[in-house]
Amino acid sequence: MDIFGIPIQALLGQLMLGIVNGSFYAVLSLGLAIIFGVLKIVNFAHGAFFMLGAFTAFLLAQYMGLDYWVTLLVAPLLVAAFGMVFEFLFLRRLYGLDPIYGLLLTFSLVLVLEGGFRVAFGSSGQPFATPEQLRGTINLGFMILPLYRGFVIVSALLVCLATWFVIERTSLGASLRAATERSELTQAFGINVPRLITLTYGVGVGLAAFAGVLAAPIFHVNPSMGSSLVIIIFAVVVIGGLGSIMGAIVTGLGLGVVEGFTRVFYSEFSSTIVFLVMVLVLLLRPAGLFGREEG
Amino acid sequence: MRTLSYTALALLVLALLVIPFVPQLIYIVFVMKTLCFVLFACSFNLLLGHTGILSFGHAAFFGTGAYVTGQLVKAYGVPTDLGILAGGLVAAVLGAIVGSLAIRRSGIYLAMITLALSQLVYFFFLQAPFTGAEDGLQRIPRGTFLGVIDLRSDTALYYVVLGIVAAGLWLVWRTVHSPFGNVLRAIREHEPRAISLGYPVARYKVLVFTISAGLAGIAGSLKAIVFQLAALYDVHWHTSGDVILMTLLGGMNTVFGPAVGAALVSALNHYMDPFGAWVTVITGLVFMTCVLTFRQGVVGQLGQWLRTRRTPAPSAKVQHRSHAQQQH
Amino acid sequence: MPAKHSFKTLALSSALLGLGGFASAMASEGYSDGVVRIGVLTDMSGIYTDLSGEAAVEAVRMAVEDFGGEVGGVPIEVIHGDHRNRADTGASRAREWYNNDGVDMINDLSNSGVALAVAAVADELQRHAIVNSSSNIGLTNDYCSPFVTHYTYDAYSLAQGTGQSIVEDGGDTWFFLTVDFAFGIGLEEQVSQVVRNAGGQVVGAARHPLDTTDFSSYALQAQASGAEIIGIASTGADAINAINALAEFGVTPDQRPAALLLWYDDIVSLGLETAQGLMLTNAFYWDANDQTREFSQRFYERTGRMPNMAHAGNYSSTMHYLRAVEAAGTDDATAVSEKMRELEINDFFASGGYIRPNGRMVHDQYLWEVKTPEESEYDYDFLRLLATIPGEDAFQPLEESTCHLLNGN
Repeated sequence: MDIFGIPIQALLGQLMLGIVNGSFYAVLSLGLAIIFGVLKIVNFAHGAFFMLGAFTAFLLAQYMGLDYWVTLLVAPLLVAAFGMVFEFLFLRRLYGLDPIYGLLLTFSLVLVLEGGFRVAFGSSGQPFATPEQLRGTINLGFMILPLYRGFVIVSALLVCLATWFVIERTSLGASLRAATERSELTQAFGINVPRLITLTYGVGVGLAAFAGVLAAPIFHVNPSMGSSLVIIIFAVVVIGGLGSIMGAIVTGLGLGVVEGFTRVFYSEFSSTIVFLVMVLVLLLRPAGLFGREEG
Repeated sequence: MRTLSYTALALLVLALLVIPFVPQLIYIVFVMKTLCFVLFACSFNLLLGHTGILSFGHAAFFGTGAYVTGQLVKAYGVPTDLGILAGGLVAAVLGAIVGSLAIRRSGIYLAMITLALSQLVYFFFLQAPFTGAEDGLQRIPRGTFLGVIDLRSDTALYYVVLGIVAAGLWLVWRTVHSPFGNVLRAIREHEPRAISLGYPVARYKVLVFTISAGLAGIAGSLKAIVFQLAALYDVHWHTSGDVILMTLLGGMNTVFGPAVGAALVSALNHYMDPFGAWVTVITGLVFMTCVLTFRQGVVGQLGQWLRTRRTPAPSAKVQHRSHAQQQH
Repeated sequence: MPAKHSFKTLALSSALLGLGGFASAMASEGYSDGVVRIGVLTDMSGIYTDLSGEAAVEAVRMAVEDFGGEVGGVPIEVIHGDHRNRADTGASRAREWYNNDGVDMINDLSNSGVALAVAAVADELQRHAIVNSSSNIGLTNDYCSPFVTHYTYDAYSLAQGTGQSIVEDGGDTWFFLTVDFAFGIGLEEQVSQVVRNAGGQVVGAARHPLDTTDFSSYALQAQASGAEIIGIASTGADAINAINALAEFGVTPDQRPAALLLWYDDIVSLGLETAQGLMLTNAFYWDANDQTREFSQRFYERTGRMPNMAHAGNYSSTMHYLRAVEAAGTDDATAVSEKMRELEINDFFASGGYIRPNGRMVHDQYLWEVKTPEESEYDYDFLRLLATIPGEDAFQPLEESTCHLLNGN
């Protein structure tokens, strides 16, 4: 059976691949959405932290011989720590000011990080092998899926759900949400809001770094690997509704699928379609798909 | 203060006029390029600094001007002066369209709509056969200006560019210092109040978008003539980012701060060549320092310094109030 | 008596001084500002830093040093600049160099937009420009100039090398993964033409935006096409991601991948495990013979990496330029141009190589295959020679060129 001249089996295959990519977008947008929701900062450096995650994993593997599973845990933690230091030393000076300053500061950070890595490692990129246990493929009937890509879907979605759970269902998450809406009041309750904010930034960039480690075996590890991604992730977060966790996850997955189908029917447009969708969504639904209109 | 700024201005004009005669000091094409970015940045700031609107896709207007002018002059033999005018007009129309769509939202959503629309513009130029994609629209003839001035001479072109940029900057200044500009300021400071006073705020916003885009388009057209090429980079969001940084560096709360920012960024790029791959890192560090400490930008900071020097030891209360006034 | 003597001595010594001065003036006459200055305009801070960058500058410096550091009694100077992959930056720098800084020749010019723009400037100001790492054939067609030389390779030679040889070998159904950029589409069109002329068939193509990270969708499309050969019309990160995805989804090695523009450095990034079996056309490989090995070893000692074809081209073209300057006895661009197109190039890079009237440097091209990890015996032992394409066959025939310098155009 054919749809628009493409056999249904092929379309199912593209759908599956779309979900794989969507998982990446979901994890990345989640981090960005959390940061925006709590800090009200547009973290332009999100793509750079993605790259940082991939490179840290590479370095840990290369110079400390750490195995992939360890780097999957350690690299995001290291990057999160770096992010928290950055937030503590620099970013927090911009709270209360026009959001443009946060955007500009993180934009400058991108220049420093990408430029620095290019100086240190050149522009060519590093090889990164898929971990032993995840090589090979599974036959899904309509397509043959590499095992690693299946792993990406599973781990990305697990992380997303775990993060959602913490934010929406635990007391830590409740404190976070309270700090977002009424920070002075929350502080009055004895909760250390500044520390919570630093932690949030760390978690947000840690998620980006996690996505980076996931990407390392399948996407070329080079200093610019995050630069074209960042505006796409912004678009995802805006479409989902700034500050909405579920919005970011759902839109991320959705975009992966939409992009996947675009690659079949009009492939040249596949990195621009997200922007068309964003314009349409914003004009029809002011605060994004899941967002709440700010007063 | 007045005499100081007028003297400074006079010196600057004098310096600009003698540029072609001192090639050993400064390279004329570099100055022309800087002038184009000066116009670009000042026009961008009409939206950001004066109306409080962040246009994240301003490169779309700049690049449209460049491509339209380039194609008209190269493929259709249109005289350069008309070509530049056409580039500005098409950019202005695009600005009206983008503006009318973008202003339906506000703040970060508005900025994102402008970014998204500029990405669509980028895609259009990428696909359009006449642009040559990444090869660029090459060998645009310089042509003649007003039928008499042969623009192949760098000196002649320089004065034409200087004249047009000066006219553009005058238009920016006039827009800001006018009843129209006052309304824009009102919109920036407290939009609901402006609406309640009966101003057709939406129309004003679209109008300032149009003017800003048109001038940015002219800046792009001029650059296309100076370098005789228009390239994809001119419509890329990196260029949109560049102009935001220039405005920040120079000071977005002043009319001509962005001009200084543009000059600084151009100089940074031009003279930092020996640093090779470190350029990106150094640029990033410079901007980080600027965002963290010199938020008023160079001109803003300078202005504040001059003001505090003029008034001898004001009381704490007065100082605080004037400080707060500058904080928007 | 003494007065007469001193007068004679004075007259004699003045005459000698005058002659000496005249002689030395003769020696540096014809060399603008008494120095031959070469500018290396390359990408020093962006995504092509590794492909050219600092190493390209070193290659030119090596050539100057090997030449002796001076020509016709005047010193040779090498300066460098960053074009940042922006045509206007490149054109501006070129103009400044030619007009204000006495640069006689600009080399490297990676990036087609920059190369085309600088070629226009070089033609206008009548100075030399040598393009070593752009594939745009416009440089020897509509944009040709007596002062512009297109040295190492171009889209036509890549197509002939990879396309022709593979079809002759039996790979006659093709599917392309093309980057949606002028250079990618140009490559796809060139190779498609070659394939069809050789009796093959193009069964399909998928065009992807620049900087696509995920090629899984395209890999599936390539698989569905059933084509024997998957032509990868992109370079750098895109090509690497494409090749990775093809291997990951099991499309290769059953369907053979042909990289239309792959650099030595990309193979290093890919690793032999993934890259094995890849076919590519490169004008130079460090391990091809003793001469290339000798050059590459010295290059490695200076830069810490093996030279790719652009670096080798930088060296060879600089040498050739200097020989032409020496033969012409001046750095005047027209005289040097004549000599450049008259003299042959015989070094590790080319034997019997020469430059055509339209600026096209013609020399043999080579089709390589990437070795398997087991076959690789030592560091950097990556490639095996599959075929040699003679220069005359590799490049666009002169009759087809639209260059205005040629008779009949």
